[in-house]
Formats: sequence, structure tokens, C-alpha cells
Amino acid sequence: MAAQDQALAPINTEHADPVLIQRHSNSTISDKISGVVLGAPTPKQWFVILGIAFLVLQLLPFSFGNLLLIGVGKFGINQPVGWGMDIINFVWWIGIGHAGTLISAILMLFRQEWRMAIARFAEAMTIFAVMCAGMYPVFHTGRPWLAYWLLPYPNTMGLWPQPRSPLVWDVFAVSTYATVSILFWYVGLIPDLATMRDRAKSLVTKFIFGFLSLGWRGSAKHWHRYETASLLLAGLSTPLVLSVHSIVSFDFATGLIPGWHTTVFPPYFVAGAVFAGFAMVLTLAIPVRKWYGLHDFITDRHLENMAKVMFATGMIVCYGYFLEVFMAWYSANPYEWAMLMNRVNGPYSHLYWALWICNGVSIQFLWFKSVRRNTTWLFIICQFVSVGMWLERFVIIPMSLHRDFLPSSWGMYYPSLVDWTMFIGTMGLFTFLMFLFIRGLPMISMFEMRTLVKKPAEAKH
Amino acid sequence: MSSQPNLPTPPLDLDAIRARLADSKGPQFWRSLEEAAGAPAFQEYLDHEFTPGTAEWSDGVSRRRLLELMGASLGLAGLTSCTKQPPEKIIPYVTSPEDVIPGKALFFASSIPGPGGIATGVLVESNMGRPTKIEGNPEHPGSLGATDAQTQASILALWDPDRTQSVLREGRPSSWQRAQIALTELREQMLSTKGAGLRLLTETVTSPTLGASIKEFLTVFPEAKWIQYEPAGRDNVRAGARMAFGEAVTPVYHVDQAAVIVSLDSDFLVSGPGAVRYARDFANRRRDGNAGMSRLYVVEPSPSLTGASADHRLALSSAEVENFARALAAAVGAGTPAAASKATEFLKAAGADLSANRGASLVVAGEFASPAVHALAHAMNAALGNIGKTVHYVDAVEVDPADQMAAFKDLIGEMNAGKVEALLIAGGNPTYNTPADLKFEEAFRKVKVRIRLTDFDDETSAVCHWVLPMAHPLESWGDARAYDGSISLSQPLIAPLYEGKQLIEVLAVLLDKGGREVRDLVKEHWRPQLAATTPAFDDFWQKCVHDGFIAGSAPAAKAVTMVKDLSGALGAAKSGGSTEVLFRPCPNIGDGRFSNNAWLQEIPRPLTKLTWDNAVMMSPATAQKNGAVNGTMVKLGNAVSGPVLIVPGQADDSILVHLGYGRTRVGKIGNNVGFNAYKLRTSSNPWVMNGVEVRNAGDSQVMAITQEHSSMEGRNLIRMATLDDFKKEPGFAQEKGHKVFSLYQPYEYKGYSWGMTIDLNACTGCNACTIACQAENNISVVGKDQVNRGRSMHWIRVDRYFEGHLDAPSIHHQPVTCMHCENAPCESVCPVAATTHSEEGLNQMTYNRCVGTRYCANNCPYKVRRFNFYLYADYETPSLKGLRNPNVTVRSRGVMEKCTYCVQRINAARIEAEKESRRIRDGEVITACQAVCPSGAIVFGDLNDPKSKIARAKKSERNYGLLTDLGTIPRTTYLAKVTNPNHDLAPKGLAKPAHGEAKG
Repeated sequence: MAAQDQALAPINTEHADPVLIQRHSNSTISDKISGVVLGAPTPKQWFVILGIAFLVLQLLPFSFGNLLLIGVGKFGINQPVGWGMDIINFVWWIGIGHAGTLISAILMLFRQEWRMAIARFAEAMTIFAVMCAGMYPVFHTGRPWLAYWLLPYPNTMGLWPQPRSPLVWDVFAVSTYATVSILFWYVGLIPDLATMRDRAKSLVTKFIFGFLSLGWRGSAKHWHRYETASLLLAGLSTPLVLSVHSIVSFDFATGLIPGWHTTVFPPYFVAGAVFAGFAMVLTLAIPVRKWYGLHDFITDRHLENMAKVMFATGMIVCYGYFLEVFMAWYSANPYEWAMLMNRVNGPYSHLYWALWICNGVSIQFLWFKSVRRNTTWLFIICQFVSVGMWLERFVIIPMSLHRDFLPSSWGMYYPSLVDWTMFIGTMGLFTFLMFLFIRGLPMISMFEMRTLVKKPAEAKH
Repeated sequence: MSSQPNLPTPPLDLDAIRARLADSKGPQFWRSLEEAAGAPAFQEYLDHEFTPGTAEWSDGVSRRRLLELMGASLGLAGLTSCTKQPPEKIIPYVTSPEDVIPGKALFFASSIPGPGGIATGVLVESNMGRPTKIEGNPEHPGSLGATDAQTQASILALWDPDRTQSVLREGRPSSWQRAQIALTELREQMLSTKGAGLRLLTETVTSPTLGASIKEFLTVFPEAKWIQYEPAGRDNVRAGARMAFGEAVTPVYHVDQAAVIVSLDSDFLVSGPGAVRYARDFANRRRDGNAGMSRLYVVEPSPSLTGASADHRLALSSAEVENFARALAAAVGAGTPAAASKATEFLKAAGADLSANRGASLVVAGEFASPAVHALAHAMNAALGNIGKTVHYVDAVEVDPADQMAAFKDLIGEMNAGKVEALLIAGGNPTYNTPADLKFEEAFRKVKVRIRLTDFDDETSAVCHWVLPMAHPLESWGDARAYDGSISLSQPLIAPLYEGKQLIEVLAVLLDKGGREVRDLVKEHWRPQLAATTPAFDDFWQKCVHDGFIAGSAPAAKAVTMVKDLSGALGAAKSGGSTEVLFRPCPNIGDGRFSNNAWLQEIPRPLTKLTWDNAVMMSPATAQKNGAVNGTMVKLGNAVSGPVLIVPGQADDSILVHLGYGRTRVGKIGNNVGFNAYKLRTSSNPWVMNGVEVRNAGDSQVMAITQEHSSMEGRNLIRMATLDDFKKEPGFAQEKGHKVFSLYQPYEYKGYSWGMTIDLNACTGCNACTIACQAENNISVVGKDQVNRGRSMHWIRVDRYFEGHLDAPSIHHQPVTCMHCENAPCESVCPVAATTHSEEGLNQMTYNRCVGTRYCANNCPYKVRRFNFYLYADYETPSLKGLRNPNVTVRSRGVMEKCTYCVQRINAARIEAEKESRRIRDGEVITACQAVCPSGAIVFGDLNDPKSKIARAKKSERNYGLLTDLGTIPRTTYLAKVTNPNHDLAPKGLAKPAHGEAKG
């Protein structure tokens, strides 16, 4: 790689904090990014992590086997806690996906140039996160083989889903989200797939990329179509960023359980989703950037910008936590107050306080620019945020259910083996898919990066 | 591209074209006149690869579009085949037997003998010849239509797959023919010795026919002996009566006649003979909080359900209970020597109350209280003029009211001395349940011929030469006495499933009188006795069998006279002090006879809510003293170790253990559940043992408890008031907060509108409703592990809350069913419409449609929904298939279930009503829980019928709904509790109007 770097032009230092280190030409960008797939030696970390992820992924068939053959009792759920890690993880994964959509859609509409380097990557993350999330609603049901009954399809019973149920809204929200995300991602890939096709040496690779690039020839007509399609999809995705997690939050907000029945949920869930999503983008971007030497494309400015978004949304989330406390007091509702006291002082209070530490305290370091630009610190904070957002869902779901209205029905929830294997299995799947993506597709949008190259004429201005 | 370019058409200048073409050099091709004219619009058209909007053009239905639509329609049509409708087979009767209509149940009157041989009259539901459900017999004096939990569960005992299924000879399968040969040989052999060495051991017999047969047996074999033994028998009751009256008369109480009742360690509302009746009588006098409301004082070492129903309850160790009885007897002028009790205030108040209500008061001594307490209770009732008013006596209901323990000890002595040649044990299980000091098994092995008639191949059967399967009461003809001495009759609902025989049939072989139907034996037994008064005996008998009892057979009250001076018999007062261990039969599985009954194992023990276990129960202070918490294993003496369970309200230094556990050989359900407390028990004092060393064993054990949290947390879930407060403010239970409004139109009910009330003033917390519901609705058992994970399946549960002091709490019960809310939070969240609102107000569950998201259960504020986390229903065991109610779906894995208000019963009544073109009458639909409730706490019916019982109950000022501030508008509501405390006793945490924080 060093040899390649030497071929580059001297660094243009005109912009102190660029979104692309200005020593690249259009072709060096393509060389560098397509090289990860087509040419450059694969770093050994890739093999190690892919291997581990593949092994961990084997926990999924184990979990599904248990759930399908023996029953959903293999989860730690019970009466009164009907939803445990199954739904926690569903919400967690869906939340993680939001960063990708936000980056590719909203930031695109706002014409934020810095999004270009990370959009592809984040979108892939969205899709894989939604895939992981999607498994939970299916396998959490008592009869997963009938989960398709939640879909509206004609049947001999003449029955349709029950439209008042937030779970039905979920089905529409998540499936739309998955569809639009995949389309958006794929449409965005087409010009780069064509570049890959053109650069591929082996016939098989050529054929595959050729097949996938749908006959892209880079004509003006193609670009016109492409721009229209991306703009439309960005327009479609933008409300989805807000709606999907709002609807997921309705699962709880429309329920009457203290701790669920809260109007603050939709915005606070959306903010939390973006928060968790950016933490995950950073978690993946920091090591990948290092291993593949992509510092020119994913600059410290990218990291800092992402840290800023994470910080801002994190503070919104903390505001949500404050509001929950305030409303528990202000509502003068004894059940709400008991719910709060149970969080603060109940059998799971350590998790509630851990939540505050992860999501409230840890992000305060992001006030400092030096932390926002320090990959190690950023990486550590991101881990806190990912754990914190998981804890948030634990606090909301089982902790609200385990002590609700009638003290006679109070109980405890302890995650079971299968709860953990399914969670860890989806993490394995996510990592596995993510690493396959890195190796098999251009992880940074080449054609978009090319637009960032300043032409000498421009640079003189 | 089939369409033409949509160009602006400027007028063509043909001359200019000619000029252009003429000027050009080289070959020139032109495609159109426009090109030739060099029109800029055409140039623009050429620049575009495709015309703007080309792709968006639509040309109606194209071939492609048609194929798309057809393909999609086919694909979607294919989806409809995804749900396979189950095949349905019908099997017609070629010749239909009379009265057997598939899907229509028949009811037969019978009776089920409980512990002590006391019969409860029942009506048994039979579906296509299968008995499936037991109901109380409304005309039977001991039932009045209700039963207790154990009687309900005896239907499961009939179908129990672990019952002895064939004759066993030394553990190997044999046959009745061979057994008959062996018995005949035994007869021949014993005839020669006049039966010397022949012994018959039974449980308590109250059946006159069986008694006559045994008497005949003793006549034929004059040297033979008949011994009765029950580990939790009523020896103390009989001894007490003998002490007081010189003979073992049986007391029959009239609880409804008593204004003041003092219970001395008696759980008369829930256990013991007549409890079902007494609970009804007690509730009737207290139900409406009227002026005649009775007052109940309970003094007991261990909290019982009767204690929980008391207006004043005092926890005293069993020795102190006796002292209290002595002091109370002296206080009410029973002529017994004065004694001191530390409960001075309580004693004074109770004594004064009793004395003020002469002839309308009642003192009840508990089955396991010492004979002295019984004698004192009789003396008090006599002194207060209660005999003949609130209590009367009848001749002992037992055929032979012997001192069972003494006779049993003699038997063991004889066995050890080698005097017993042959022992026939019918029922019971002495190897397991004999007090440890008697070493029954050791002695039993010395008997040459050991024959056992049994329902289980159990611990005793294991050491018998012959094991003969015994017929279940529902497979038997017979008679037995009810609590008041009246004769109940039983008839078989089904031919013996496993060729079981009754004792009377086995005795017939020994008497060489085989071949006669037991039906005829019973009838012929009664013919001579009744023929004199009823000339048409056969017709009369027919009616008796139909009714399930012999009308008017209750023996007349027997005149009794107190012995002149009790003091001699009473002896000196006992001193308490050291730690005592109390032995009591488990309220669920009794002395162990129901230990293989999964329903009774899984139903939470009253008050402790413990399932699938017994425990070493102690007061909080005693536990603290022993450094124990719930689950800590402690050793009692050297024989027994078990987990500690802290029971608020238990007397300090008094430890309670339940008998009936730790069985090793009974069946899949009962084996190795809990610890065997019989190993610690001694014959000399079987109910209480002093000076037992309690040692902390260090480790701990998990117990499956269904309700961990016992405080109401200041929420006004159970509302109550004292009688005085109730009179001052009758509407005390009504919601004082804001009204709940809804934006939605309320449902309209044109036909029926079902509703339920549960009277907390009547509920004793006896669990009968839970078991009745389980039997009626095919509810699965889940086992200890699943209960411990919080997955028990009961559709109606009895919530228990403690209030007040930790050491002397008042205890409240609240049965919780599905509330069938008008605004049901479960209905709106189900994604597949599996739970819906019926047009009669029921919140109904469609199991087939349920995919099991559990959202409904999460959103239910009452937490009454139950989920099949696994395949809990037993689809495999053949005999359990016979048990099931054919009108209720057996739920499979992964579906939600809950109380349906017994919709199958509503529909059965609807069919009858529609046949007669009328509305369902009030009282025609009786839910399983309502039917079984001994105290009649549950009322169900049509709210649209203003004259119905339920409509009246809903108008009660005590009527309130649970968590109504959530806007759920529950159809099941509660009638608030009214207590009647004595002003002289400061109410200890009892009966304040409970307007908690949880208002609106």
C-alpha cells in the first residue's frame, strides 16, 4: 500500500479539515477503494473476524432449533414478563439501522458532503441490522410458522390483521423500511458495480459485477435516472427514519403498562436509534479504516461529525430519561411513581444506573474535541453507548412488565441460554455479513468520492 | 419505441430545405424533412437517448402488465392454501343408545368419600360415558352444590395413568382368578383357626354396608381383628367427645345460628367434615354486612384460611391454645378449673362476647387440637346453652369410632410378636405414613401373607405379596355418611378402568359370598331398615340412587350430658416454651393420598402460595432466630430436613410441617416431591412434638411460589371497612377519584351481557374455584420448574395479601379471573384479532388464530392471561384423554389462553333456551368457579336482565371494580369486604377503609 501512496500527489493542505485528503485523483480513489475488493491483499484481521463471526453465527440455528422444536419457553420469559431479550434485541437492532438511513437520506437531502465516505458502509449496516432485527418478531412468537398471519394476504378464513395493533404497524413499518433501505443501497451501488465490472480481471468477477450493475454504462441518461432515483429514495427514506422507530415505540407507548404508556417515546426512540446507530457506525468504521488504510477517505472530520451527531442525539435521549422521571412525579400517578421507584431502587436498579452511566455520563466526554478526534476514546465511548442502548430497552421492556399494577402478579425476568445464544448469534450474523460486504463490494462510494476531488482550477479559487 | 416523438412542429420551410441540401457536400442522408431543415427541436430530440417521459408512458394494459397481474393473482391465490383445514371424521352410532347424545353431558348423583370417610354428595358430569367433571350436589346437606378442592381433583385421580392397573403377585402381573384362588385358600386356612392371625386394616369406615360386611367377616372369623388407621385421623375429636360426654359422638355445627364463634385451632370453614356446608352457612350470615353479622375469633398456632377469615385472630403455640381454651372455659363458666393464658385481652373480649350471646355462640375445636381442647369446647358450648342451637350431636358417623392409633399400635405389636398370619390392607399406605417410632415396615415383613387392595403400587404395595387394584369411588357402588350422619349413596359412572374391585367384593371372596353385585349388597342392606317406613321400597330406592343420598336419613340429634367434672380428665395445664413442631395434613394433598394428583400439587397452597413442595414453616421471628430465610435448608431432629418458608402469622417458636410429601413410590407426579415428615412423627403425640432441634443445614433449595409479593403497596385492590364504618358510609368502596371518560361509543348489548361479581366478604381463599376451573377447562399442569419460572396456567387465581404487622398480619384473599373488560387492553393490541369482544361482552380467545406474540398478556393490567410456553397439554397419555371436557379446546403450544366465563356452558344453556324460544333464565348458566364455591362468593349472569342475581349484586354499594381508573371497565367486579371487629380489641391492622394512594 505504501507503494501506492507514493504515487499520489502531495497533500493539498488548503483545507485544514477536509472530508477527503486532497491528494487524490479520480483514478486513485477508484484504485484504492476497488482495490480492497479486487486487488489489495486482504488483511489477516478480516479472516480472523470473519471466521469468528461464522462460528458465532452457528448459535442461530441452535436457537431456532430450540424455539421451533421445543417452544418459545426456551426464552426466559414468563408471566408477567411476556417480552424479554427477544424484543429488547429487536428494538436494539432496528435502532442501530437508523444511522445508515439518516446518513444516506437526510444528510443527502441536506447536501452534507461528509456523508459520502460513510454512507455506503452505514447503509449496509442498516440492512444487516434490519435483517437481524427481523428475526426476532418471527421467532419470538409462540408459533413462528404462523407468523405470516401478521401479513395482509387473502385467505380462506377471510381474516385480515387487526389494524389497531401496533404490531401490525410494525410489520408495515419494518418491511417498508427494509425494502426501501435495500433499494436505496442497491441503487447507490450500481455506478460503483459498473466500475468494479470494468476493473475486474477475472471473468467470473466481471460476470458477477456485470450482472449486478444492470448494464450501467455511465451515460448521461443513466446518471440522470440515477440521480432521480436516489433523490426519490432519499425522499422516501427520510420520513422512514422518523416513522420506523416511532412506530416501534408505539408497541410500548400505546400499551397501558407504567413505564410504557408515555407520549415522549416516539421522539426519544428516534433519537436513541440514531444515537445507537452512529455508535455502531463508529464501532465498525474505526477498525476498518485502520486495517484498510482508508484514512484519506474517512478522515478525522468524519469521525468527529459522527461523534457530534451521537452526542446530540445522546443528549436528547437523556432529556427523555429526565422527562420520564419528571412525569412520574408530575403526573401524581401512583403506578408511574412506583415504576420509577422500582427503576431507581428495585431489584434491577443496577441496570438502570448502568444505563445512566453508559448513555448519560460516558457521552459527556464528547464535549471535548480531543476526545471526538481520538479513535481509541471514541471507540470506547461507542461501546458504552451500544451497551447503554441495550440497557435502555431492558429498562423499558422487562423492567416495566415485571412489576405493574397488581403486586400479586409481580415476578422476575432472567434471560435464558437461548436468549443469549440468539442475541450473540445475530451479532455473529451481523459481523459476518458486514465483513463479507467489506470484502465483496466497494465499501465507500467511489463515484461520490470522486466528486469531492478538487480540480486544479477549482483549487486555485 | 412504438410511439412517435412528441415534437413541436414549426412550419416547414421547404425552400430552405432544398437550399440546405444543395449546399451540402458529400453524401447526405436525411431521415425526415425536419432533420433536413436542421430544426433545433429535432436536434434536441437526437441529443436525448430517450425522449423525456418515455419510460413513464403508459399504454393501458400491455401484455407484460397482464402477465404480471395474472402471475401475482395466481401467487396470492396460492397463499390461501397455506392453512390446511383439519380433516373431520364422523363416527355415527348405528343404533343410538338412549340418552347418549354426543356433545351433551349427563349428570349422575354420587358421592365421594373424603378423608375420614366423610362423604360429600356430588353430581358427576358424564360425556359419552366418560366422567369428566365433578359438581356438588345442590340437594346434599354437605354440599349444597359446592365441593372442596380435593373433591374436584378426585376426577383426575380416576384417570390417573399411574393407578395400579392389574393384580400383582410379588410384583409380577397376575390375575383376579389367581388372586381369588389365593384368597379362597386363605379362607380355608383361616376358617380352621377361626381367623386367629387374620387381620384387616382399613382407613376410617363410615359406610354402613361395608361395616355390615366387616361385621360378618368378624363373625365368620371370630378371632380375626379389624383395625382402622388414618395418619390424619380424628382420634382427638373422638377422644375429646369421650372425655366430655363419655361416648364418641360427632358434633354437627350450625354456623349460621351463631352470632359469635370462637375457633380453637379449627379450620372448620375449609377442612374437615362439613367444611363446605359450614363455609356457606358462615358466609350467609356475613354476606351483606347486615345487623346479624357474626363475629369470628380464631386462636391457632399456624394461620389457616379460617384464621384469615376471622375478625380477630391470635397466633398462639399449640400448648398456649390449650391454655387459652382452659382460661376461656373458666371465663364463660363452664365449671372447669381456672387457668392462665397470656392472651388476657383477647381472652376477655372473646369470653365476654360468648357470654353475651348465650345460645347464639359457638366454640369449635380443631381436628388436631388435643382431646382436652375438644372437651373444653364441648363444655363451653354446654355451659353457654349452645347445644341444640348452634351445635348438636349425633351418634358417631364412623362404623366403629375406635381409638385408631391405639388399635394400630396393638396390631404392630402383634405383627412383631409373629401373631399375625395374614394382613389385608385396604387403602391407606402404612409403610409410608406410619409414625417413625412404630417401624411399621419392619413389623409388616414378619406377616406371612400380605395382601393389599390399593389404588397405587406404592410404598406399602412394594412389600406385599398380593397387590389388588382398588376401584375408584367413581367406579364403585356404595354408601357413606355425610358430616351430619346422613347417608350418601354412590354409583359408578364408568366400569372400572383397570379391573379394580372394592373392599366389599374382596371380603365377599373371603366370606365365600362372591358373585353378588355391590349394587345389590347396598340396596339389600338398606331394604330391611327402610322397608318399614317406605312400602314401595324399590321405587324409593330408585329415587335415592337418583338423588345421591337417602332423604331424611340424617340421624336425630342425640341428647348428651356433660360428665360431672372434667378437671380430672383434663389433667394439668401444659407448659409451652420450647420449640414445637406441628404436623398437619397438607391442605392440598392431604395425608399423602393425593400426592400423585398433579392438580393438587400445582395449585398454590393457601396462604403460602407454595407449589410442588412442603416446607418447614415458621414465623419471621423464629426464622430470624435460626438465621434462616426462605429456602434455607434446616434439619429437624435427625430425621428430616426441608426448606424454610417464612409464614407471617405463625406463632413464634411453633414450626409447621405438612404431611403427605417425600413419597418414593407412587407415580410420576408424586415421587420425590418435598420431604417426608412422617419420619419425624411419633405415635405418642402425632400432632405436636416438643423440643425438636432445628439446625441450619447451610444450603438452600428453590421453592416454586406463585405469589412472591404480599403487600398491596398502598393500592386499593381489596377494599374493606368495619361494620360500623360500613353503616356510616355504605359507599366506602366506591371510587372517589375522577370519572373515566372514553372517546369511543360504548358497546351496545341487545341480547345478553354477561357479568360476574366476587364477594370478598364470603371468599375464604379455599382454591376450589381454581381446581374446578382447571377440571372444566382442560387446563394443563406445568410442573415445579415451570411454576418457578412464573408460568403456571390457572385461569382463576386467588391473590393473597398481608396487611398490618409482620408477626400478626391480617390476611386477605382476592380471586382474580379475566375481567372481560369493556375496553379490553388485550383486544386492541392483538395483531391477528385472536382475542376479540363478543356481542355479549365476553372477551373471547380464538386459540386457532393466536400466533403467540404475548402482547395481550403484557398489556393486561390484571395479568390473567396464561401462555403455553411449551406443549403443556398431554396429548399422549390415553387415560388423560378420557378426562377432558369435550366442549373445551385442548390448547396447543404457543397460544394464549384465559378465563372464558365458561363460554361452553353459556352456549349449552343458549341451545336449550333457543329450542324453547326463550331467553336464558337467570341461574341457568353457572360457571365452574361459581358452582364450586363453598361460600357462594361468585355470582354470574346476564346484566341485561334487571331481575337477575348478578344485576342485583352489581347494584350493591359494596360493588367495585379493580383498577377502574385505567378505564378498562371490567365486567368482573368485587363486593368489598366488611369485617365485624370487637370494639374492646384494638383492631390490629385490620379493617380500616382502604382508600389507598391509588385513586384515579
